[in-house]
Amino acid sequence: MTIPTLIKAAGFLAILAFPALGFSDYILHIAILILLWGFIYTGWSVMGRFGLVSLGHGAFMGIGAYVVTMLWNHAGITPWIGIPIAVVVSMAVGFMIGFPCFRFRITGHYFALVTLALSEVARLLIVALRDHTGGSLGVTPNSVISADNPTSFIAMQFSDKVIWFYIVVAVWIAGLIVWRAVDRSMIRYAMEAVSQEEDAAASLGVHVTRTKLIVTMISAGMTAVGGAVYGQYQLYINPETTSGIAISLQIVFAAIAGGMFVQLGPTVGAVITLLLTETLRQTVGHDVHGLDVMIYGAMLVLFIIYMPRGVLGRVIEVFDRRAGGPSGPTAQPKPQPGE
Amino acid sequence: MDFPLTDPFFWETVIQGLLFGGVLALLSLGLNIVFGVIDVVWICYAELIMLGMYTIYYLYSDFGVPLPLAMVAGVLMVALLGAALHHFIIRPILHTEPINQLLVTGGVLFFLQGFATLAFSVEFRNLGVSFGSIEAGDMYIPTTRLLAFVVSLVAVVVLWLFLKKTYLGTAIRAISQDRDIMPLMGVSPGKIYLVTSALGGGLAGLGACLLVLLYDIHPAIGLTFGPITFMVCVMGGLGNMIGGFIAAFIFAEFIALGGFYAEIEWGYVMAFAFFIVMMFIRPQGILGSKS
Repeated sequence: MTIPTLIKAAGFLAILAFPALGFSDYILHIAILILLWGFIYTGWSVMGRFGLVSLGHGAFMGIGAYVVTMLWNHAGITPWIGIPIAVVVSMAVGFMIGFPCFRFRITGHYFALVTLALSEVARLLIVALRDHTGGSLGVTPNSVISADNPTSFIAMQFSDKVIWFYIVVAVWIAGLIVWRAVDRSMIRYAMEAVSQEEDAAASLGVHVTRTKLIVTMISAGMTAVGGAVYGQYQLYINPETTSGIAISLQIVFAAIAGGMFVQLGPTVGAVITLLLTETLRQTVGHDVHGLDVMIYGAMLVLFIIYMPRGVLGRVIEVFDRRAGGPSGPTAQPKPQPGE
Repeated sequence: MDFPLTDPFFWETVIQGLLFGGVLALLSLGLNIVFGVIDVVWICYAELIMLGMYTIYYLYSDFGVPLPLAMVAGVLMVALLGAALHHFIIRPILHTEPINQLLVTGGVLFFLQGFATLAFSVEFRNLGVSFGSIEAGDMYIPTTRLLAFVVSLVAVVVLWLFLKKTYLGTAIRAISQDRDIMPLMGVSPGKIYLVTSALGGGLAGLGACLLVLLYDIHPAIGLTFGPITFMVCVMGGLGNMIGGFIAAFIFAEFIALGGFYAEIEWGYVMAFAFFIVMMFIRPQGILGSKS
């Protein structure tokens, strides 16, 4: 076994053993949120790393959360069926917005702004359909669990945070596997060619529109899963926390801060952003609202100027330089967004 | 449904939409000029407007500065912010990918929003200035909105004259047409960029003067006006000021009539959906030419 494999195995075991270490529910809650957001950010980076900077992932997350909850509340359809439906809906929306964009060569700023409009449409639709969705006040999935009956498999509602921890670990690892699969596939080489020079890539036989659509739909589907799990875990969703410009920007920035060109980068982004928020909440309290957002914003500015590959990307870069040259696929020079 | 053309409320809605269009047109001006010249989208544009609104509010309410003076201070303040934004944040990464410049201003968005929450709290604040309404037949038109509309039109004309008639304006237009050639003609792009950023900020400040009369101020107000301003600019063809002007009125009518027939959110949903469709039909903007 090589050293990286050993580190990976040790890390995996450490994560699996985490709930047994007797941490408080609060720590477990933070760990769940880190992994869940880490998964969503990973989903974004599946397309973001190729220069398809989407500010519309709030829409996909909102679809995941709301489709599942609406099906459960209004039709009694279990989230186990609801989630696949939400993924299909989300992919369809990804296709509907992606196809014309890629067909008509809408890239860069324009792509970012079109997708931004999409996430606002999603948020406003949820608000406008307030008779069904609860509008801005948000909605709670009809609860079937109580003190006597703390677990309902069919409703995907669990009071025990340990169960949620393992569900989220599974989802997160699945996300990493998808990321790796894309990284190792022809799609990656095709997309890297496309993000450098579309016409040249097309002339070499890359089907530009189709390749872009594939990564967009994978990314949209993953984000929908994230949104659905988020809703089931929190048992409360509202349009602001699942859709709209704020959440879309949060997704983009956390992925960038962690490093969207490496597999664990987006997860590191989730660790940084959540720990920052939680530490500030613990140390300075609720009275100084806004300080966390302010520091977060300042960090992002500094990251994009000085560390465009994110924290983990930078760390790996430094290590490789020490080791004397690239070693392994993650160390190869990766294009900057949109390069 | 009644035939709408005889319904005074319908016409009131149309006129309200027209007036709102004036506000949107003004909001889009600053963003458009910055994009047209520097090729950068300020995602934090609406947050600059928010800071302008707070400046005016505090100068007027807490320090007793007369309103017109407070507004001038607000415009100057945001103009300064615009220049600072360019000098300290955009300039260092101007040579990198355009999308990085868009994203970096997104960081500024969070920073300014957090700063406003910290400094001014989440409370809604209102200037409490009202100029009443004008009655025309069965319709009531708020004077502030009419004023906002007129100011927008004047600002557009003044900006147009500035760009056409002055040396600086000519230099700005020249830079926006060919970034690489202009340095050879003895125009320093760095200086023009800085001036343009200050100008864009100043126009955001002017937008703040109008919004402060019309709406409550709170730290998240940028999220209300930001997206719609981007859509207006993009639909008009980013950097195309006349296109943005027309798009502003189309958007405003969508929102007003959507609010008339259903709820206001439906107006926004329709406007955004229309925007997305328009992007596919005319990605270069309603007045843009195919390049």
